Amino acid sequence: MNIISAQYMNATNLHDGTTYKDTIKATIGGQEMYVPLDPANRHYQAILEWAKIDGNSIEAAD
Amino acid sequence: MSKAAELAKWGEVSTNGQVSGRRNIVINGAMQVAQRSTSVTGIGASGGYFTTDRWAISVGATSAGRLTSAQVGDGPDGIANCTKLTCTTADTSIAAGELLQFQTKLEGQDLQQMNKGIASAKKVTVSFYVKGNAAATYSVEMHDRDNTRFNSQEFSVTTDWVRIVKTFAADADDGSSPYGDDNAVSMSLNFNLHGGATYTGGSHTDNVWHEVVNQRLGDNATSFFDSTDRTFFITGVQMEVGSVATPFEHRSYGEELALCQRYFSHSGDVRNYAFVHSGYSSTEAYGNFSFSVPMRTAPAVTMKSSGRNLYSNGGARTVTSFNATNIGTYNFAHKVVGSGWTSGHACHVDVDAGTRFYEADAEL
Repeated sequence: MNIISAQYMNATNLHDGTTYKDTIKATIGGQEMYVPLDPANRHYQAILEWAKIDGNSIEAAD
Repeated sequence: MSKAAELAKWGEVSTNGQVSGRRNIVINGAMQVAQRSTSVTGIGASGGYFTTDRWAISVGATSAGRLTSAQVGDGPDGIANCTKLTCTTADTSIAAGELLQFQTKLEGQDLQQMNKGIASAKKVTVSFYVKGNAAATYSVEMHDRDNTRFNSQEFSVTTDWVRIVKTFAADADDGSSPYGDDNAVSMSLNFNLHGGATYTGGSHTDNVWHEVVNQRLGDNATSFFDSTDRTFFITGVQMEVGSVATPFEHRSYGEELALCQRYFSHSGDVRNYAFVHSGYSSTEAYGNFSFSVPMRTAPAVTMKSSGRNLYSNGGARTVTSFNATNIGTYNFAHKVVGSGWTSGHACHVDVDAGTRFYEADAEL
């Protein structure tokens, strides 16, 4: 899986307006994807492995 | 086969329940469904899912070899479609770690009937139709991913369609353990088409469960990447419990599509009107999309259409971003950020005609 970049995305709790860490916006194989923080998702698994390599990191949410 | 032997076989078939209910564990064995694309070129630098659903190309270390994968209507009698792999760039200098597999992965909860890893473990029979541009020898492999165990058997390809039948030994109580009863990958069915010494260096024996990586490919293995003349056609893949290959289990297209949509689905090629959203505030609007069937796990979502606009109160509004958020196995929310609409008002998102709005990937 060719991962180029990854950044956490926050979501808004529509009940109270607070925000929480929700997905990772990643560019994988030339495509921009929204990857859920789900341990069973293969893209999430690959991003966690990618982030272990020196020089790679998941950017914080804006 | 004698009449007595035939009757004995049918007795076993009946005992194993092979004459009733669903027999084929493999999804899209007839290569009917190709939601992503019907043809992709230049495959080989990295693996992934490209054409026919549930079937992946898996690669090892970097190879110069490249191929085209395509769903084509050139199946054997009674099976319309097949997957055709065509070598487009040869690789005759094979590094040790190179590997090329045509592969489908299976959830552990769908394999419990094999009784894997216990005294009553059952044999499994894999059958499939293959042909190629010329004679070749490859191997079909059951890879127990829960216990890192392998069992492969060589098979021959000719220029005519041939149904190959391979019965795999039961993997009982010899140090392995049962497949996990969950939605994670427990086993892959691999068609090994090319490999380096890491996978071929040992002495291979057909139909033996083992943990030795360099015995995975057969001693007579052909390299799919040996020539740009090389093709490999496959369809009618069936995996069933027991030692008998029953006739290929045909399913309707709709049924097979629904099975595939557990792992990959999309919006369809939509027309250029309304996906209804509502303004949560004057700068955020939300809509909701339900998946065709519940997915295996929360999928990665790709927003596909570049021609998206938001309309509200009779006109187009300014949009700065479209995001997928709150992704679950049943649905996800579509969040639009911009300005010019009113909190609490309905709005709709417009996309280019004939384009997909999203794709959702929950593959193994």
